[in-house]
Formats: sequence, structure tokens, C-alpha cells
Amino acid sequence: MAEAVEALAAAGADGKVLAGGQSLIPLMNMRLAAPGQLVDINHVAGLGEITAEAGGVRVGALARHAEVEASETAFAAQPLVRRALRLVAHPAVRNRGTTVGSIVHADPAAEMPAVLALLGGSVRARGPEGERDIPAAEFFTGPMESSLRTGELAVSAFFPAAEGGTAIVEVARRHGDYAMAGVAALVGPDHARVACLSVGAVPVVVDVTEAEGDWARAARIVRERIEPEADIHATADYRRHLTGVLAERALKEAADA
Amino acid sequence: MHEVTLIVNGVPRQARVPARRLLSDFLRHDLGLTGTHVGCEHGVCGACTVLLDGQPVRACLTFAVSVTGQEVTTVEGLAKDGELSPVQRAFAECHGLQCGFCTPGFLTTVTAFLRENPAPADDEAIEAVAGNLCRCTGYQNIVKSVHRAAELMAEEGP
Ligand SMILES: Cc1cc2nc3c(=O)[nH]c(=O)nc-3n(C[C@H](O)[C@H](O)[C@H](O)COP(=O)(O)OP(=O)(O)OC[C@H]3O[C@@H](n4cnc5c(N)ncnc54)[C@H](O)[C@@H]3O)c2cc1C
Ligand code: FES
Ligand code: FES
Repeated sequence: MAEAVEALAAAGADGKVLAGGQSLIPLMNMRLAAPGQLVDINHVAGLGEITAEAGGVRVGALARHAEVEASETAFAAQPLVRRALRLVAHPAVRNRGTTVGSIVHADPAAEMPAVLALLGGSVRARGPEGERDIPAAEFFTGPMESSLRTGELAVSAFFPAAEGGTAIVEVARRHGDYAMAGVAALVGPDHARVACLSVGAVPVVVDVTEAEGDWARAARIVRERIEPEADIHATADYRRHLTGVLAERALKEAADA
Repeated sequence: MHEVTLIVNGVPRQARVPARRLLSDFLRHDLGLTGTHVGCEHGVCGACTVLLDGQPVRACLTFAVSVTGQEVTTVEGLAKDGELSPVQRAFAECHGLQCGFCTPGFLTTVTAFLRENPAPADDEAIEAVAGNLCRCTGYQNIVKSVHRAAELMAEEGP
């Protein structure tokens, strides 16, 4: 791992980490990305672990989506992780793509960044200056942008257990596609919040504790807070409406879980 | 340039290729195994699906150099001793293909799927092939082929 961190630091702004390649290689194939140097971490030892820690589960940078999905350790610590992963792409993509890679990629339409944001998890980064933990709230800074510095390798992500029930629901054009809209929810004894995908530059977390279990009211709060944009799949208004409907559904499900 | 060695369909195969070589191109151009098809090159169509250590992956989204030393099964490796595999026979019998462009990806995907789920329900069979696109068949006969392959495998044993 020291060698990977060194290589990455040496490559500077020209370097990129290659994990599962399920986002980076399509971008390269479409000539949308042309990194000068790739640091392939696929053979780096010690990055594939999924470990139970106090209050949650830590997922290593090389743990593939499919491995995390199948992991009983991860499921026992935070069942939302498995449920969300089942909505990520298709099995053949999940066999190769990594959960940490998807978080670093920071696509606002992706499920795992939203899950990390909802739970208040963190990303552990290692760079020339050592290791640091970045809370989810500070990690996502824009579409496909994170606060990871040049030369830093994300070594793992931590998903907290979080008190209460969780759920995730989404609507996609086709099974396995990125969602047009989606909502992950967490409802505990004295708190309720959601994380919305595809309706902002980063996963949008909205605290709906004040709705006091009136999930229709919570949906109205969510609709007011989000700023969706239109694209070829859906208009902004439709996304806003849909996100409200999904928020109500996810909150209900999380409250019953 | 990198020396890449893969066990392809049980046989060690080697070539010197640039780091940028996709596994799909490695198989097709460097090894001459053109059974693996390339449709979209961005992970969507599934035509390039091969088995990497037994698990389906997109060959178009994998660099050959990243998987050096690992085992790859392509559509050419499904038949044994000149006899089509149960999945291949089922596709032929049920008309699970027309032009055949998508077929290698379906065959590898379904082969891995039936190993884990030898008696799938209809919705499971549909979900299993949901990551593969076919412009010809309309999918009905592909789903039939999945069920027929499961039958053949049950009849013939492991
Ligand atoms: C057809 C298709 C459908 C998909 N559908 C979905 C979907 O519905 N939902 C969804 O969430 N995703 C989807 N994806 C994307 C998939 O989840 C990817 O696996 C994921 O986004 C990236 O993980 P990766 O390991 O493949 O990363 P890579 O492609 O290797 O890397 C992605 C980016 O993150 C950086 N990076 C990766 N790991 C690290 C690290 N450890 N440290 C520092 N930087 C790192 C890379 O430099 C690169 O910039 C889909 C992909 C495909 C091809
Ligand atoms: S060519 Fe690889 S998925 Fe289409
Ligand atoms: S048979 Fe022609 S694309 Fe499937």
C-alpha cells in the first residue's frame, strides 16, 4: 500500500487510482477522461477487507460491490448497505466495481454516496502526509467531486450502524440503471432524516424530525429543500414530485423496519 | 508494454500488450478469440461478458494487465470435448438467439447464474439476464432458454 501511495503522490495531478474501473474505464473508452497515469490498486494487499468495528462496518477500498452485498458482517452491522447495493447496476458490474470507488466517484445519482451521507459515515484517506478520516458531510463537494486531495488514496469507508430503521427506494428507467430519483431514509426514536439522489450536486440530506412521524408532511419538507435539474430522463418538476413520493415511502418503510 | 498471462479456458495464454489494452481487445486481437463480442464498450450491453475466476464481468471495462494470472472463461470455453454445453443447447433449442451478436454474453452470464441458482423462478431468470441487451429476440425465448438449460442441467447432473 505504501508503494501505491508513493506512486500516486509522484504522479500528482496527472495520476488517478484505478479500482474496479466500472466508472473510470467507460469514461476513458468514451474519451471523456484521459489520465496520464493510472495507479492500479487491484493487486494491493490488505485493501479488500470488510470488518465489524465498534458502531458499524468498515469496507476496504478493494471490496467489490458484490462482496459487500454478500457480506454477513456488513449486513449485521448495517442492513441498508446490502439493500442499497442491490440497486447498483447489474451483477456483472458489481462483481468488479468497488463500493469505495463508487463513493470516491461521487456521482450524485449513485446509491452508496447517499447511504454514506444518510448514516453520517466517513472515508479514510491515506496520502504523503499520513492518514485522515473525512466525514461524509465534508467528503462530497460537487458532482463527481470530493475533498480527497491530489495524491490521496481512499483506503476504506465506514458505515455506522445508526439507531433506528432504514430503507431505500428509487425509480429508474430500466432495471440496473442510475435512478431518476431515489431516497434513503433513517427513522430512529427521536430523529428522522433522508438522503436524496439525483436531485443536487451531492447527495442531499434532509432532517425531517420536525414532521413527527407525519410522512406526508416530511415529503413536503423534502420537496422544498431540493433543487433538482432537468435532463433527458425527467423534468425538474417531475423529479421534485417523485422525490417527495419516494421520501414518504422510504420513511414509512424505515419506521416500520 | 506489459507481459500478461491469463488462463483462458484452461490454457495459459500470454501476450505483450500496452497497459491500456482492454480484456475484450486482448481476447479478440491478441489471442484471436473473437467469440467475445464488443457492443458498447461502456458496460451497458453485456455482449463482452466473460467469466473471471468463474464470475461474470465486463471484458470491455477491465484492463488485461489488471487481471494477469487470473482465470478467464469465454464463450469458446463453454463446450466440452466438442459437445455444446447445456446452456448453449438450450439457446439453440428454444431459439434464444437470432443474429447472435448478444449471445456470447448471455451464455456466459447464464452459465454462472445457473451454477448459483440451478432452479430459478421466472422473475429470477428475467433478472439474471436484465444486464444483457438483445436487439432481436424480444427476450421471451431467452428466458425460456434459461429455464430449459436448468432442466437439461438437472437431467444430466454435474
Ligand atoms: C452499466 C453500468 C451501470 C451502473 N449503474 C450504477 C448505478 O445504478 N448506481 C451506482 O451507484 N453506480 C453504477 N455504476 C457505477 C459502479 O457502481 C462503479 O463500480 C462505481 O461507480 C465506481 O467504482 P469502481 O471501483 O469501478 O471505480 P473506478 O471506475 O476504478 O474509479 C472511479 C473513480 O474513483 C477513483 N477512485 C476509485 N477508487 C479510489 C480509491 N480507493 N482512492 C482514490 N480514488 C479512487 C478513480 O480514480 C476514478 O476517478 C454503473 C456502472 C456501469 C458500467
Ligand atoms: S461491450 Fe462491454 S458491455 Fe457492451
Ligand atoms: S440475437 Fe441479435 S442481438 Fe440478440
